[in-house]
Amino acid sequence: MVKKVKLRIVFLLSLILSIVLSVYLILKALEKDVVYFLSPSDVKNLEKIASKKVRVGGMVKDKSIDINSDRINFVVTDFKNEINVSYSGSVPNLFSENKGVVVEGFLQDRNYLKAVKILAKHDENYMPPEVKEALGGK
Amino acid sequence: MEENKLIVNYIGFYSLVLGLFSSILIFVLSIRSYILKILDKRIFSVSFLQLFFVLTSFTSLIICFLISDFGNETVFNNSHSNKPIFYKISGTWGNHEGSLLLWLLVLTLFLFLFILKSKNELKSYRCLTLVFQQIIIIGFFLFVLITSNPFNYLFPVPLEGLGLNPILQDPALAIHPPILYLGYVGSSLIFSATLAAVIENYVSKEWAKNIKIWILISWIFLTLGIALGSIWAYYELGWGGFWFWDPVENVSLMPWICLTALLHCILVLEKRDLLKSWAVILSIGTFTLSMCGTFLVRSGILNSVHTFANDPSRGIFILSFLFFLILMSLAIFFIFFKEEKKNYHKIYFLSKEVSIIINNWFLMYFLSVVLIGTLYPIFLEVIIDHKISVGPPFYNKLIIPFLILFLIFMSFAPGVKWIRENNIKKEFKLLILFIISLLTSFFIYDLLGKKSLINTVLLSASLYLFLITIKDFFSKELLNLPQKISHLGFSMLILSIILNSILSNEITINLKVGEKFSFKNENIYFESLQNEKNKNYQAVVGIFKIEDEKKNIYQFQPELRIYDQPEIITSEADIKMSLFTDKFLVMNKIKGNEYFNVRYQIKPFMLWIWVSSLLLTVGAFLSLYRRLYEK
Repeated sequence: MVKKVKLRIVFLLSLILSIVLSVYLILKALEKDVVYFLSPSDVKNLEKIASKKVRVGGMVKDKSIDINSDRINFVVTDFKNEINVSYSGSVPNLFSENKGVVVEGFLQDRNYLKAVKILAKHDENYMPPEVKEALGGK
Repeated sequence: MEENKLIVNYIGFYSLVLGLFSSILIFVLSIRSYILKILDKRIFSVSFLQLFFVLTSFTSLIICFLISDFGNETVFNNSHSNKPIFYKISGTWGNHEGSLLLWLLVLTLFLFLFILKSKNELKSYRCLTLVFQQIIIIGFFLFVLITSNPFNYLFPVPLEGLGLNPILQDPALAIHPPILYLGYVGSSLIFSATLAAVIENYVSKEWAKNIKIWILISWIFLTLGIALGSIWAYYELGWGGFWFWDPVENVSLMPWICLTALLHCILVLEKRDLLKSWAVILSIGTFTLSMCGTFLVRSGILNSVHTFANDPSRGIFILSFLFFLILMSLAIFFIFFKEEKKNYHKIYFLSKEVSIIINNWFLMYFLSVVLIGTLYPIFLEVIIDHKISVGPPFYNKLIIPFLILFLIFMSFAPGVKWIRENNIKKEFKLLILFIISLLTSFFIYDLLGKKSLINTVLLSASLYLFLITIKDFFSKELLNLPQKISHLGFSMLILSIILNSILSNEITINLKVGEKFSFKNENIYFESLQNEKNKNYQAVVGIFKIEDEKKNIYQFQPELRIYDQPEIITSEADIKMSLFTDKFLVMNKIKGNEYFNVRYQIKPFMLWIWVSSLLLTVGAFLSLYRRLYEK
């Protein structure tokens, strides 16, 4: 009888402990590893530039792509504000001027983003909801 | 000719309607048989009819695709007369309407098989399983007929279709959906059978033995389906990775984790008649997660190649159906579930029961990490309109430390005896193996000049599990071979994923034709471009020569394909696969520029990731075979 009760208590305690532990770990990790999405206008209005990774979405500005052997520079615009992006890495097929794009990277200042990734999209009719919103349903 | 085309559509549509009627008939008949405590013979014939009608409807849709009947709206939206025949057929389920019809086909097929295979079981349990399964089937019939009829006809008939998204024109993608569906739908049968068993108070050793067959079947298909999707992502998306922790991937992983937990938990129920309520919760959970996945993917909340057409009414239908099923199952669970006899005193801490509980504990932790990582961004967006995304670092940080414990635990737990383990093996050999794996991983890391304590430990834990399982294969008494194979598969999977991630090398560079660059003692030379004309696309083929350190010369021919309909550019990577290393070269064109964006990757152990996933299912398949044929 005593043994039975003891086993249940051990079981329940470890259950509660493990739930508390996992919730704590998950929340802690979320706080650190979440990536926020911003439009170029949001970036302009930022109070301070955090060192965290962000995503910026908008249109690639017309005639703004400039390429050399290891870098691609271009401008992302939401037709109100724009931001310069510099990127080295692989480019999805649908990346081109006057098309929507989402770039992930680190803000250097309010006008300059060092991108580490350009997000892939699967077909030309598809526009990430973020871009659609950033362009105000344009 | 036009009339014939219309007739095919009519046949398809009306067999669906007839299917719905036979479905309602089975529902009524099974309820009647349940009340009268008999098994109506007509159920069998009507369920055959139901299967027949859905099959006819599905075949008609395939015919519509084959003859390119663009009057049919589904065909118009997703096909084109230039498409190769293979993709005309696979295009049938490469879209929303057709894939639902396939889902329905698999549902009715499984119901039919269940009736065939459950002859020796309790009548009332069989009837109730039919009732619940029919509720799901009727729900899907209504869903198809109301929101996504595949046989809508367009007037006037368009001359040409819009075409299938080219990245879906791929052999792996032709079989990925049917296989994954077999897994998902298998979980629906487990769900119905569990609810029936709860009501009939039949959650017992006997039941566990029978339901395990279905658990194995859906587990095998789910595993294969996920692996196929991953293989496709590897070579078709051109990123060279196989798992991105993308929400769309996560929603298929969640039911898999839950089903894996159930697969282990059901053993305890079978052998020891314990953990009944937990098994019930896991069965309900697996199906709920599968449905949630369908809802998230199909409703357009998660944007991906799986989102065919965003139509809010469809999302709302699945969501309400999902809520209905969850509420129904919870109600049944709380009203009918009989508290199991208190036999906790029979549990000893060092026993297989407890180790399986601990296994489930780990799996539930992994499940909650994936669940929260997937759902949290969605909730945040709905509630406070913040857009965020959760990426690989989140999952790596939360999963790796516990994966280490899980792997070490997995290396000895399968050897523990049922009921009570009295003599813990203090074998010297095990310690030696542990030290060997620890040293090997330190050595590997040292050689690479990388320092990461946690990854080193992870590598040694998986190496240890691998060595232990190998050792067990050579032990005198080889018990439980299927489990050994699957566990070997799992350890190899983790091992190859880790080795792949630490040994991979890649470079991305922008090149013009004629330029060369070197990377890791290899010289890569962009020789020329060729144009090719194919049936439904034009290809620009880049000719690359790569000279490795041993002066072997490889030719790589990555392609850029410009599809006619719809007009889309895709990149086809050229992958040179060998036993231990894949070399992966892909190029993209940057519009209006003479530069090509070239990505070259060296990816060791890729093949072993696929082989070990296959090994996982081989074990499960062997277990299934033994259960079915070695009575």
